Amino acid sequence: MARIHVTTTINGQPTEFLCDANQTLLDVLRDQLGLTGSKEGCGSGDCGACSVTIDGRLVCSCLVLAPETEGAKIGTIEGLASGEKLHPLQKKFVEFAALQCGICTPGFLIASKALLERNPDPTETEVRYWLAGNLCRCTGYDKIVRAVLDVAAEMKETAK
Amino acid sequence: MSEVQYKVAKTVREAASLMAAAKGKGRILAGGTDLLVQMKAGVVTPGVIIDVKKIAEMTTIVETKGSFRIGAATAAAVIGEHKKLKKAWPGVVEAINLIGSTQVQGRASAGGNLCNASPAADSVPALVAAGAVVSIQGPKGKRQVPVEKFNSGPGKTTLKPGEIVVSLTLPRRPPKSGDAYLRLIPRTEMDIAVVGCGVSLTMKGDTCVSARVSLGAVAPTVLLVEGAAKALTGSKLDAKALDAAAKACSAVCRPIDDKRGTIRYRTKIAGVLLKRAAEIAKDRANGIARQGH
Repeated sequence: MARIHVTTTINGQPTEFLCDANQTLLDVLRDQLGLTGSKEGCGSGDCGACSVTIDGRLVCSCLVLAPETEGAKIGTIEGLASGEKLHPLQKKFVEFAALQCGICTPGFLIASKALLERNPDPTETEVRYWLAGNLCRCTGYDKIVRAVLDVAAEMKETAK
Repeated sequence: MSEVQYKVAKTVREAASLMAAAKGKGRILAGGTDLLVQMKAGVVTPGVIIDVKKIAEMTTIVETKGSFRIGAATAAAVIGEHKKLKKAWPGVVEAINLIGSTQVQGRASAGGNLCNASPAADSVPALVAAGAVVSIQGPKGKRQVPVEKFNSGPGKTTLKPGEIVVSLTLPRRPPKSGDAYLRLIPRTEMDIAVVGCGVSLTMKGDTCVSARVSLGAVAPTVLLVEGAAKALTGSKLDAKALDAAAKACSAVCRPIDDKRGTIRYRTKIAGVLLKRAAEIAKDRANGIARQGH
């Protein structure tokens, strides 16, 4: 069967790929485009390790069919830092030791970025609910939540 | 190599004819949060996947004279951001926004939640209480059906071959109306309802003049509980009326018995949630802001 030709923009770069009808976006990112920052945890939308944004909306890339992304703007963890310069969330995750094994980290960073873009000054409860779809078996979540809140506090300070 | 095909429908009619042409092997792709999981698990093996997200009618919310038509494939996150809809139907919007995580909300839809036909679907009891109507397109034209008549059992709908769900319509609200949906889960987020209860009511002075009550996860399909509505209607929603309505709720429960909730527990909780949801709906009808779910 003919493969499907898809034209997208990934992290600002126009990108084309060929895929099967039932291939997920996550599989294409990792196996065809070499963007292995997005992880496959559960493959069923429960763990959030494969989080990306599609047209600004946070989604699990394991629950998106690759052909659906025709014409879409996709944001992955590879687009977070600019060159050697880490995103404030990445810096803060390192500073707060908000990661241990690191498998969940790309998903948490993408999800946290999507939160702060919508809600630059979230409460702790809002952070915890927003990130409820990202599972971490190492940190106990507290360090992650504190890192996100600290980035928000710094953003507020800078805006003054 | 897989045999499955991926097709993008541009119109509702095209989606319905693709569905009919697939002869039972077609699956509608709205948010995909159930479909992709089922495909991976091998529970469903579609011949044709029909993506309906390029159809405006199926992905937008339109208000006409106080009535809202929600496209069946509209993402839950988009529904949650619709201020007017949230103001008119806070219970419905909160119920839809309980489905899954933030990531799932970015994709999952009310139409998908309905067609997945889980007895524990969160959006369905709220839509039943709201008196929502399902618009269906089939090879022979359109038809409409009340939400409570749409599902026929766990995982089963009353859709005929070639039919698809296009939208859900919420009726115009009389003044002093409010709704609420509450569910019980053992944790605070990311779980499936052990019991869910939806209440929608209209007040006149301090009397409830009309009510609709629904229950989820206590029977093979979501139930419209007419006995409970009757107990609330004409009352001042005092303890006696709430007790009677709670009893009516427990009386219709035919739940399963599993590790997540025993029959006895689910039956009792149905009445408890009814009382709490009715209080919230009443306050909302009276213009008092209440935290729902």
